[in-house]
Amino acid sequence: MLFFSAILINNFVYHYFLGICPFLGISKRIDSSLSMGTAVTFVMSLTAVVTWPINHWILIPYKLDYLQIVAFILVIASLVQLVEMFIKKTSPPLYQALGIYLPLITVNCCIMGLALLAALKNYNFAETVVFGVSAGLGFTLAIVLMAAIREQLDLADVPEPLKGAGISLIVTGIIALAFFGFSGMIK
Amino acid sequence: MPNRSFLQDFNKGLWQENPVSRQLLGMCSTLAITNALINGVAMGLAVSFVLIFSSLLVSLLRKIIPNQVRIASYIVVIATFVTMADRFLAASFPAISKSLGPYVPLIVVNCIILGRAEAFASKNTVGRSLVDALGMCLGYILALLILSSIREILGSGTWLGYRVLGTWFEPWIIMILPPGAFITLGLLIAFANQIERKIKLRR
Repeated sequence: MLFFSAILINNFVYHYFLGICPFLGISKRIDSSLSMGTAVTFVMSLTAVVTWPINHWILIPYKLDYLQIVAFILVIASLVQLVEMFIKKTSPPLYQALGIYLPLITVNCCIMGLALLAALKNYNFAETVVFGVSAGLGFTLAIVLMAAIREQLDLADVPEPLKGAGISLIVTGIIALAFFGFSGMIK
Repeated sequence: MPNRSFLQDFNKGLWQENPVSRQLLGMCSTLAITNALINGVAMGLAVSFVLIFSSLLVSLLRKIIPNQVRIASYIVVIATFVTMADRFLAASFPAISKSLGPYVPLIVVNCIILGRAEAFASKNTVGRSLVDALGMCLGYILALLILSSIREILGSGTWLGYRVLGTWFEPWIIMILPPGAFITLGLLIAFANQIERKIKLRR
């Protein structure tokens, strides 16, 4: 349930507005948006696994939850760094594919948003991990959809002032509207 | 860059490099919290607080922070101020803090702030960084005000909670939902581009 709702209904891009910057910046071609989506899903799943114990075993028992923001951002930044080094050593082809997208993820708000939302909603460990994986998949779906539309859009005759960000945002709005259709699916 | 005046540093945030309509930074918070004017104001002030103080501190520390760890240091500085803003809102305005939800802590990853720290405050004097931060804040607040006014008036028929359109008005629910945010911002950016083009043509 949580799995599908995070992909379709509470999609991070269309519902929580998280990760809009990479969503608009990197959705020009399908293949690069697919790499970005993979990288985000990967880091999100890891973040979910790492932040839950930190939050529930260290921050809450010692009443340090006001340090949540600082702790999460440091964890995410170092996690991204670690993942980057790890992938570089173990799988050069994957590193090539993800390339510059990995460091960019540090400031991607959907990762931070995931950690905060999971803490806010008091998910248990399993729920947090499922939430992380499915939110990542939802992001991938959103960005690939967008890239597919934008590749077609290059051929269309768009009014001058709407070119670039304007039309992309309007298209996103219409897709978000379409995604509302899913909200009746799970009650 | 010594021949730029302070006024230019200030003005560019308002229009030429407006963080929302020109640089497309800080989109997440911009879109998420502009469903009512009061939220837009609160968010604008919170971001301003963080931006001004972190610019100040980063610019003060710019000669001390080693180059290799600068991004991490900026993030810690920003996170500290965000925590302060978050705690303050939660203590003084619990209702607003609740309706803003996770978006106040998310100011940490708002690209406006890190972007300014990296692109301006780390290379300029304290005074200039402060002026630059003020200009950016005003530009950001202005964009939030316009966006949230449009969405609140059309989406619930009210402005700052007061009814401005008569009872005959059927609210466009869509405006306060996510799709309304995307579409309104898209049109606003197109509008800003159009004005920019007109100005260029006249020259």
